[in-house]
Amino acid sequence: MSQVPTEYYLLLSAVIFVIGAAGVLARRNALIIFMCVEMMLNAVNLSLIALSLQFGNLTGQIVVFFVMAVAAAEVAVGLAIVMAHVRHSDSINVDEINLLNG
Amino acid sequence: MSTLLFFALAALAIAGALGVVLNKKPVYSALALLLNFAVLAVLFITLHAQFLAAVQVIVYAGAIVVLFLFVIMLIGDSLPGVVIRGRTRLTLLAVAAVAAVLLLAGMTYSIIGGAFAAQSGALPGNGSVQAIGAALFTDYLLPFELASVLLLVAMIGAVVLARKPQQ
Repeated sequence: MSQVPTEYYLLLSAVIFVIGAAGVLARRNALIIFMCVEMMLNAVNLSLIALSLQFGNLTGQIVVFFVMAVAAAEVAVGLAIVMAHVRHSDSINVDEINLLNG
Repeated sequence: MSTLLFFALAALAIAGALGVVLNKKPVYSALALLLNFAVLAVLFITLHAQFLAAVQVIVYAGAIVVLFLFVIMLIGDSLPGVVIRGRTRLTLLAVAAVAAVLLLAGMTYSIIGGAFAAQSGALPGNGSVQAIGAALFTDYLLPFELASVLLLVAMIGAVVLARKPQQ
């Protein structure tokens, strides 16, 4: 049994999530925004696993497994989009991405 | 002892997270992200999630960070860095700070108010790989198969997007 209270894990998860969210809002580099999103996903994974142990139920761990699969797919497609956009307009600033802006 | 270990790991994880956000260069951000992922893998082990800790190291610290580094190396030096000054920068920082404070306050309030009882029983099989596999291939077989379709679609999508545009 883990002796560390579940609340500590949840608080750590909240702190990492908030740092990631602040990064998404404050940074304009597409790659760094992407990394911050990954970090937020991982923070949620931590809280799911902590609650999985808290309630003695494996469902939380299974959900984390699927979150990881989706995150891997998302990174592959997202980075391909970033590459395609950089090839198109030589910029990685998300404020300059307005191709679909009619 | 385990509380001490937790605080040391938590400090490392937060340092990695801050490193991702605060570093100017994406390469350093990616390395800080690696630190964050590795520390979280250790925390997963302290939470009896051995399988997910291994997957975390392989998928996140291995595949995803390496993918980021590949992209940074491919496009990194050919681009001017993203530098934001003046009003825009202040606005961004203010929005981020307000959102962060509000989010953190709300989450802390609800977590502290949660008042968890003592842990209600051990995990089935103590979180072993066998227990995860049994759950994954019985109760969660359909989502598992759908995940393989998702990965296939993502692979095809990435190949199509990353190809050189045809004239």
